Amino acid sequence: MLILECPYCGVKGEETEFHAGGEAHLKRFGPGSEDADFETYLFMRENPKGVHLERWRHANGCGKWFHAARCTMTLEVFGSYSAQTFEPPKEIKDKISAKRPGWSWRNFS
Amino acid sequence: MSNLVSALNHAKSAGFASVEETGLQGMITVRGDLASKAMAAAVKAATGAAVPATRKIEKGDTGAVAWMSPDELLVITSYEGVDSAIEAMKASLQGEHSMVVNVSDARAVFKVSGSAEDVMAKLAPVDFSTEAFQPGEFRRSRLAQVAAAMWKNDDGSFELVCFRSTAQYVFDLLSVSAANGGEVRHLS
Amino acid sequence: MSTRLASGGRLLNKGKAVEFTFNGKRLQGYEGDTLASALLANDQMMVGRSFKYHRPRGIVASGAEEPNALFNMGEGSKFEPNQRATTTELFHGLTCASQNHWPSLEFDVGVVNNYAARFLPAGFYYKTFMAPRAAWKHVFEPIVRQSAGLGKAPKDRDADRYEHFYAFFDVVVVGGGIAGLIAAKAAGASGAKVLLMEQTAHWGGRTPVDGGEIDGVAVEDFIASLVNELKAMGNVTMRNRMMGAGVYDHGYVLGYERVADHTPNAVGPRHRMWRIRASQIVTATGAIERPLSFAGNDVPGVMLAAAVRDYVMDYGVSIGDRTVVVTNNDDAYRTAIALKNSGLEVPVILDARASGGGALADEARALGIRVENGKGIAKVKGGKRVTGVAICAQAGEGSTLEEIKCDAVAMSGGWSPVVHLWSHCGGKLIWDDAQAHFRPDASCAPTNQNGEGFVVPAGTANGPLGLNAVLADAVKAGESAAKAAGFTPKSVAAPQGVASDEAAMEPVWLMPQGAGPKLRMKAWLDYQNDVKVSDVRLAAQEGYESVEHTKRYTTLGMATDQGKLSNINGLATLAGQLNAPIPAVGTTTFRPPYHPVSFGAIAGEARAETFQPVRDTPISGWHSENNAFFEPVGHWRRPYCFPRNGESHAEAVKREINQTRNSLGMLDASTLGKLVVSGPDAGKFLDMLYTNMMSTLKVGKCRYGLMCSENGFLIDDGVVARIDEETFLCHTTTGGAERIHGWMEEWLQTEWWDWKVYVANVTEQYAQVAVVGPNARKVLEKLGGMDVSKEALAFMEWKDGKLGDFDARAYRISFSGELSYEIAVPASQGRAFWDALLEAGAEFDVMPYGTEALHVMRAEKGFIMIGDETDGTVIPQDLNMQWAISKKKEDYLGKRAQERSFMASADRWKLVGLETLDGAVIPDGAYIPAAGENANGQRNVQGRITSTYYSPTMDRGIAMALVHRGPDRMGEVLDIPTLDGTVLKAKIVDQVFYDKDGEKQNV
Repeated sequence: MLILECPYCGVKGEETEFHAGGEAHLKRFGPGSEDADFETYLFMRENPKGVHLERWRHANGCGKWFHAARCTMTLEVFGSYSAQTFEPPKEIKDKISAKRPGWSWRNFS
Repeated sequence: MSNLVSALNHAKSAGFASVEETGLQGMITVRGDLASKAMAAAVKAATGAAVPATRKIEKGDTGAVAWMSPDELLVITSYEGVDSAIEAMKASLQGEHSMVVNVSDARAVFKVSGSAEDVMAKLAPVDFSTEAFQPGEFRRSRLAQVAAAMWKNDDGSFELVCFRSTAQYVFDLLSVSAANGGEVRHLS
Repeated sequence: MSTRLASGGRLLNKGKAVEFTFNGKRLQGYEGDTLASALLANDQMMVGRSFKYHRPRGIVASGAEEPNALFNMGEGSKFEPNQRATTTELFHGLTCASQNHWPSLEFDVGVVNNYAARFLPAGFYYKTFMAPRAAWKHVFEPIVRQSAGLGKAPKDRDADRYEHFYAFFDVVVVGGGIAGLIAAKAAGASGAKVLLMEQTAHWGGRTPVDGGEIDGVAVEDFIASLVNELKAMGNVTMRNRMMGAGVYDHGYVLGYERVADHTPNAVGPRHRMWRIRASQIVTATGAIERPLSFAGNDVPGVMLAAAVRDYVMDYGVSIGDRTVVVTNNDDAYRTAIALKNSGLEVPVILDARASGGGALADEARALGIRVENGKGIAKVKGGKRVTGVAICAQAGEGSTLEEIKCDAVAMSGGWSPVVHLWSHCGGKLIWDDAQAHFRPDASCAPTNQNGEGFVVPAGTANGPLGLNAVLADAVKAGESAAKAAGFTPKSVAAPQGVASDEAAMEPVWLMPQGAGPKLRMKAWLDYQNDVKVSDVRLAAQEGYESVEHTKRYTTLGMATDQGKLSNINGLATLAGQLNAPIPAVGTTTFRPPYHPVSFGAIAGEARAETFQPVRDTPISGWHSENNAFFEPVGHWRRPYCFPRNGESHAEAVKREINQTRNSLGMLDASTLGKLVVSGPDAGKFLDMLYTNMMSTLKVGKCRYGLMCSENGFLIDDGVVARIDEETFLCHTTTGGAERIHGWMEEWLQTEWWDWKVYVANVTEQYAQVAVVGPNARKVLEKLGGMDVSKEALAFMEWKDGKLGDFDARAYRISFSGELSYEIAVPASQGRAFWDALLEAGAEFDVMPYGTEALHVMRAEKGFIMIGDETDGTVIPQDLNMQWAISKKKEDYLGKRAQERSFMASADRWKLVGLETLDGAVIPDGAYIPAAGENANGQRNVQGRITSTYYSPTMDRGIAMALVHRGPDRMGEVLDIPTLDGTVLKAKIVDQVFYDKDGEKQNV
């Protein structure tokens, strides 16, 4: 059972305090968008073996959504960060690079 | 208005720790910019306390204020004092993007006294050791299967807030966890 | 025979006799006994029948690894099957019975399986599937059924209490033997917060059994002072009777504390599951001795050598008068020496090693014990009890060199570290050739959230078997755990013991080495699941070469002992057959728990009243007092109906509906979700959330709205009221408040975080009562206060005011088609308000109604219900609700999806009403078949029933259904087959059955 740190309230809580919310940094496509873009938005996911960026909500806590960078193989957590951003902050990317050189996830690396 | 009843109307139980539903309590959800001067003034006006730091509860002359999330506070007053506290806060927050909502009736409040840590630690995945959880700390988590917010008083007792509808469940949880013979003698 | 010795028994309090009952016999033991030692003291060597062949089985071990001594324990509400005698502390009044035999332990009919053993080979169960069907029914199933299961299932509800406990430590040391004690001290000295747990009631493990000295004092005294030292350390917590059940991700450890198994009548919980987070975990879990594989190694009286020694030293119990020791290592000589020193006879030590043992062998010889090198057991004689052994050369094929009479055999095949906890979370193992065992590979420890190792093995659990190596390893483990947890260890010298030089062990996987098929068929690997050397060989021959396949094919290691004794022997046998090195064959996966834990401990407090939250409204008390029949709606408990005077539910529902439609009904609607949405961008936000336009709603007005997911599917509905320019109150479905609140927060926090909107869930702030029926206005007027006339409060309007003494908000909305108000009052006034309404409504014969009447009335009116008409694949257009979808809005959640070709197609199943021609009620969930068959040969379908009821108002069955192009097919008659084979005929009609023009609700 994972331990995650909520970047909003600072709690290092066990997984039962949190609710997993799938992949992070999805770009919404609305009315008027191409079918392919909309399909990507709704259905296409990275599902990587390794570094993953994902959304969590501190559901049994401060209620805030946040992002976490995690290895799906070892369950190592590289860090958690604000949900109100379009990409992971530099220090998180650096930390991942230090531990998983050459990593990439969508267009981040 | 007479006939006001809290969820469990002051139900009590006692084992190696005692459990009590503490009755109606004024509670106000306040959302807004917690760092703003207006918020400080609003909270001060309602309770006499300062805006609490992250995961803290501050006590004032006429109430207490707890940190719920980066943009939310819980103001605790007497049940009778709610309307005037809301009025005062709304006045201070005039013109600010904010929300002040009376939630007094939506909640139930419990107090656990005696070996309270050992009771709490049976239900919440939280470190209640004295080093880790001190008076003034305010923690939202879960109590078995429902959400709850909890804090420790100076006298070592714990208070916790849950939704009114889950009051009986929470009372039963606390009572069975405090039942005689269940002393863990680990935290308290 | 096995018996109690006059002296010895360091764990016993011989001053205190304890009475217990086994298979109805009253027996006596002492305080400090385990059930196993007490049974052995009473010469009860045979304790059960084996799983498959019903062979007599005796106690083999002295600890958690015991495979045979499983009992039905206790009676009635305290009954529990499969309890291990070796881990059960004896208490006064203990009652137990042996398992898996009929009619009795001594005379068992099932033993016939034993003689049919050659018809029950490895994979027997799978092979039966290849036989003709009739064979399964008449031959195999009766056999399998007779064989299946060990203990009995409990019949009564468990009377005991269980609980969880969350705890947090820097270092958790699992195992309170010498290594655990020393590791805990080393870790504790750094100031780290340490938990030391021990599964038995005693500290020190097996070291005191072998005696000797550490740091110049007797082992027992050394341990006693170590325990006192640890107890005095404020940062060290010690718990015995607590087993490390499992190690999981990120330092999560389960500690299974058996609080009251030894005092079953004490007040308090029986078991407590500690849910621990540890920065570092030290596994000082010791090692388990392996049996040797020789023919008849399962005859009662054959026991692990160390267990024989444990029973003598710890409990003063001798297993037999004449014990033959058979071994491939020096440790078993300690057993021979201990037995001899206790005045018992050891006719011979059979050492399979051609070169024999070291200093301990010399000591044994000096005591006059005969030692035979390069020899082994060809066969054990005896059925229900060992009567002798046939000796052979280990290198040969088993020709008998000599027969020796004995009543016990102590065997040792070497030691395997208990690596379970190390392995649970991914720790890797390496094969140690010298000791012929797997031990933790320190370079591949399980990793935590920081990617760092978090489990440190200590002592014999890490591989070393010699005392001094164990002591040194334990200090190192404690210190490195403290360091990894962020503390600075105070370096202390490891204690020094007096150890004897031991000769190297030699692996022996089969005795004798060249044993033929006949002997192999009687050489057991897994006692509990009855797997023999021959079975594993057969599995390999039949192609099950992977160790995981062999395990499942033979069931090796799949019993309740999870192969603690059999794993290594089994996979060595497999490796031998495959001609592969053992490490290449690998091990099966170690999964928690280490040893079975009770279901109660897993459930903790979640049983009976606290099984799951039951949510009550402020009015629930009245419902209970008035014979409500409740139904769960999410976690809420809502009255389904209020039966009176022996009415059926159907009769009650009918009465409630008729009275509501004719005069006055009341519904507790408090469970409806209520979310306040407020801020300058609130209107814009709700326009995105609802398919309707909400921003244009006027203050004081209400509007019914629909919410969709981004897939376009309907997820919730409810009435939105505009409170002021910037504030809306959104009603959700009963189960939907938390979900929709979360949904709103998700969009505000993760997509539109620059929008100025706040949301608060005020569902439980209010008790809400629907006052429904032609007399609804009259009853409110009777309470007095706010003007509720048609002019002052028109349909789909709301207002605040007083009703009687109550602070009320009245919504003029209707879910029944009648004149209706929903009145919200603060929850603490809810019950009083309900009572006041009942009193005022008495003259109209007011009738509270439940959810079923609510459902029927909404269906009569053609209103949809989320979860009935919707199932996560239905879009509003399917429900003909285009009227609730704004055409003016560029965007709302779900709009893009609803433009996809399949969604926009006219070919979808759409909502219609159905009327049976004969007035019958269509069964719930019925499908409407179409002509022809699909590719799978199933009937085509063209629709399904979404809601179906008997309508008291129409006095006939009514239904709603999603039907292919339904609205285009009005008047068509459909065939609806029912489960009893009859076919109902139903006509497609408009879904609104009652008051289509709204004359009733708009008065």
